[in-house]
Amino acid sequence: MGKHLVVDPITRIEGHLRIEAILDENNVIVDAYSSSTMWRGIEIIMKGRDPRDVPLLAMRICGVCTGTHYYTSTQTVEHALGVVPPKNARLVRNLIQGSLYIHDHTVHFYHLHALDWVDVVSALKADPKKAAVEAKKWANMLTDPITGETIQPWNAGEGAYRAVQERLKKFVKAGRLGPFANAYWGNKSYKLTPEQNLVAVSHYLDALDMQREMAKLMAIFGGKNPHPQSLVVGGVTCVQDIKNPARLGQFGDILRKSREFIYRAYLPDLLMAGAVYADEALKGIGRGLGNYMAYGDFRMDDNPWYKGKTLFPQGVVLNMDLSTVYDVDQSKITEDVTHSWYEYDVNQPLHPFEGQTKPKYTGFKEDGTLNTKGKYSWIKSPIYDDHRVEVGPLARMIVGYARGDERIKHYVDWLLKSGNLPVKVLFSTVGRTAGRAIETALMVDVMQEWLTELSKNVSAGDLSTWTEYDFDRLTKGKELKGYGLTEAPRGALGHWIRIKDGKVENYQAVVPSTWNGAPRDYKNRMGAYEASLIGTPMSNPDQPLEILRTIHSFDPCIACAVHVIDAKGKELGVYKVEPIGGFCNV
Amino acid sequence: MNITDREHLRALFTKPTNYINTNRGDAYYRELYKKMERRLAELRAQKPVREAEMKFEEYLKVWELTRRDFLKWVSATTAMLMLPPQFEPLVAQAAEVMNRIPIIWINIQDCAGNTEALLRSYSPTVDELILEYLSVEYHEVIMAAAGDQAEQNLEKAVKDFDGKYLLFVEGSIPVGMPEAFTIGRHPKTGVEHVKHLAEHAAAVIAVGSCAAFGGVPAAHPNPTGAVGVMDVVKGKPIINIPACPANPANITGVVIHYILTGEIPELDSLLRPKFAFGYRIHDNCERRAHFDAGEFVEEWGDFGAKNNFCLYKMGCKGPFTFNNCSIVRYNEGTNWPIGVGRGCIGCSEPNFWDVYATERPIADSPIQPPAGRGVESTVDQFGLGVLTATAVGIGIHAVASALAGKKDKEENKEEV
Repeated sequence: MGKHLVVDPITRIEGHLRIEAILDENNVIVDAYSSSTMWRGIEIIMKGRDPRDVPLLAMRICGVCTGTHYYTSTQTVEHALGVVPPKNARLVRNLIQGSLYIHDHTVHFYHLHALDWVDVVSALKADPKKAAVEAKKWANMLTDPITGETIQPWNAGEGAYRAVQERLKKFVKAGRLGPFANAYWGNKSYKLTPEQNLVAVSHYLDALDMQREMAKLMAIFGGKNPHPQSLVVGGVTCVQDIKNPARLGQFGDILRKSREFIYRAYLPDLLMAGAVYADEALKGIGRGLGNYMAYGDFRMDDNPWYKGKTLFPQGVVLNMDLSTVYDVDQSKITEDVTHSWYEYDVNQPLHPFEGQTKPKYTGFKEDGTLNTKGKYSWIKSPIYDDHRVEVGPLARMIVGYARGDERIKHYVDWLLKSGNLPVKVLFSTVGRTAGRAIETALMVDVMQEWLTELSKNVSAGDLSTWTEYDFDRLTKGKELKGYGLTEAPRGALGHWIRIKDGKVENYQAVVPSTWNGAPRDYKNRMGAYEASLIGTPMSNPDQPLEILRTIHSFDPCIACAVHVIDAKGKELGVYKVEPIGGFCNV
Repeated sequence: MNITDREHLRALFTKPTNYINTNRGDAYYRELYKKMERRLAELRAQKPVREAEMKFEEYLKVWELTRRDFLKWVSATTAMLMLPPQFEPLVAQAAEVMNRIPIIWINIQDCAGNTEALLRSYSPTVDELILEYLSVEYHEVIMAAAGDQAEQNLEKAVKDFDGKYLLFVEGSIPVGMPEAFTIGRHPKTGVEHVKHLAEHAAAVIAVGSCAAFGGVPAAHPNPTGAVGVMDVVKGKPIINIPACPANPANITGVVIHYILTGEIPELDSLLRPKFAFGYRIHDNCERRAHFDAGEFVEEWGDFGAKNNFCLYKMGCKGPFTFNNCSIVRYNEGTNWPIGVGRGCIGCSEPNFWDVYATERPIADSPIQPPAGRGVESTVDQFGLGVLTATAVGIGIHAVASALAGKKDKEENKEEV
């Protein structure tokens, strides 16, 4: 009999999550269960409202991937009404959503995930002079994908590394590791050299300041971050900001600064970690389901909804087979509640248009653990064409790559070639982290294109930010359906609406963490988190770093402490899992 | 959506406590200054909550902050608390003894938006330092420990700091459906969790509109029977810092005030600190002149929108909403909702999802804009006007407001 892990509350997350897992006698995970323990009923609250007021409320599903639900919900209502926003609005929305991507991915890599790879205490032993050489080495392996110039390191001088080391010493001396209050320092599965660790730590500290600047990008056209406010059904409201050259200039400045950091710190660090941990990646540790889905997003032209080109193409790749990409057909998405605290009127998974949200809470077992044979989570189990799939940046890169998308292929090949890594490396925990970094580089470059396009369009005299529509004429006595299929930083996001006589008749959201963090389905097949943990060997069960890496690679906003308990309930140790991204409870 | 709480609105707009006095005279401030000095001396004599603390000066160095950065933050905070500049040294000292006040922060039915806001706050580096320097004993979103370890930390903090800690609550509490939130190895409901922690707290601070008034989960039809902290906790001082999310400057302000005085700040009838919620958005709005001139955005993206006209007709609820967004703004003053031409959705007011967060003026509802008087009248005059006026179109009102502005000037004693 192995060990049973119970974690509740999982801290450092948006939302409330509980994880239980079983280890075998060789400390390999054989079973895992993910459960959400909070419910607000937002889908029910949507009913009966004016559809134009719904997007602001939908945004409050999550304060971490803030703005994403706003954007998706606005699109959902526009799709139902048949309204296509004008060019300026498309560009502004892309820029707001793009800001979220680069902010979220940078924070994830450094503040939520890096400490799973980087040993902070080891950095104290580093030689600052050698660290400067190390930083140069990894940066110089990259060439700028646009200009072709060799990338130079973010912190070039020995002095910068010496100063960081001094700061670090003070933290340690005070007995307060501050942001580095982690518990696994010295674990032998940390493989970076002291100098490599010092380079990464210096970027960690710089990223603290950088992320605040990146958050301002959203506020420039969105009004604030979190929870921007400038999107309306039919367009955007920030006409005053797009026609103000100072605003566009401010956006461009912060974007340039962000690009510098992403190319000179984030990507070299990723390459460094990727090279050092490549063996694990090639073994496929953390691979999980092997099925990837992207809805596609970021409109590149002004064609009607779902008829134009998108930056990220839509598609489904099954069983890691890059030779075949299936088109996403939203009608094949269903949600199952066999293991979720809901009930349906019928005994089968339902499409979101027909979706129901009727809570049926059955509680925990008498011993206080999850009733994993029955219902055990407030998250439903989404299914695509009877497949369980993973969503996220890696899924977007894999689908784009398999589709032969020129831009995505260029960036993926560029990074893999720089690190001399095969494509296969992507199907792993390391791959998930690399996919996110590649996407960040691609995004910061395409944002510059959108900013230029916006500024040209505005100077050419187009100040249109809103498409006029007659709401009463469109909705009176009618029943309309619409959906918004987008890509949140953490993966495919869908909202579905039915409007009857101008009021919301039904509203359903299937969020990325529903796909990834879901419980088992009606065939007892696991969700993506659950599957990715299975078969992960733990070299030292007292310090389950391998679990943390895999769970964090999904970016689910969680820093969970995993308590390893033996079968008799004796606690063997308490461990922290660093934050992973948005775990959204609807 | 039916508006059923006209009585509540009447009470809100006519309550004398909604007035704020920014100059209370020398004698008052001299007395306050002495009181604060005594309080700070007491705190300085106490030990920090945790041993082996760095000195505040050391912290500044470790975070690479200059004294100048810190003093900038001090002046901004002093002004925000509506204290005269001579209080700046006291505010600086208050920051230095912050590690004497233990803090417990819990999340119930939330989206973590308030925590996120705090992490990207105004004067960010200083605030981050403050967050690190404060003795935050428990905060699910930022703490290292989790699971049983987190629960143990929490119980230890409650025991060690019984009656002394400030309890921050983010998110609403599902009283109608307690199972909609559980926490812990032996699952406790949100109601049990909050009541237990409040019982041992010095004061309870509800951060964000969900914790203050129920917010998102309490929007019609309120499927989980969600309420704010003040509906669950009795017999403790409660401070509401609403808005969606709460402005982080106001959160820090409340803490500093508590340190300075040992008391909760002066509150309005909805338990909001008057230093932050003493004025309507409308009172300090950059587009106010257009309101007074009767220049309105009539539809998104029109001539008015391109020229920063007033957003009242597009549903801006600035005239109904008490908060300091028009002064403090967001993300280091980068922008704010009226700045991006959307208008205010009343997010610091109770029931705003059902009453205010629409693209239409309240003219669509039983509440009508006042006739013949400008909205620039005092708060209570305006409130009564709103409640008693009959159905008059906003167009008529706009013309009238330009005229009324002059007439009402003498009565307009509370004008900023």
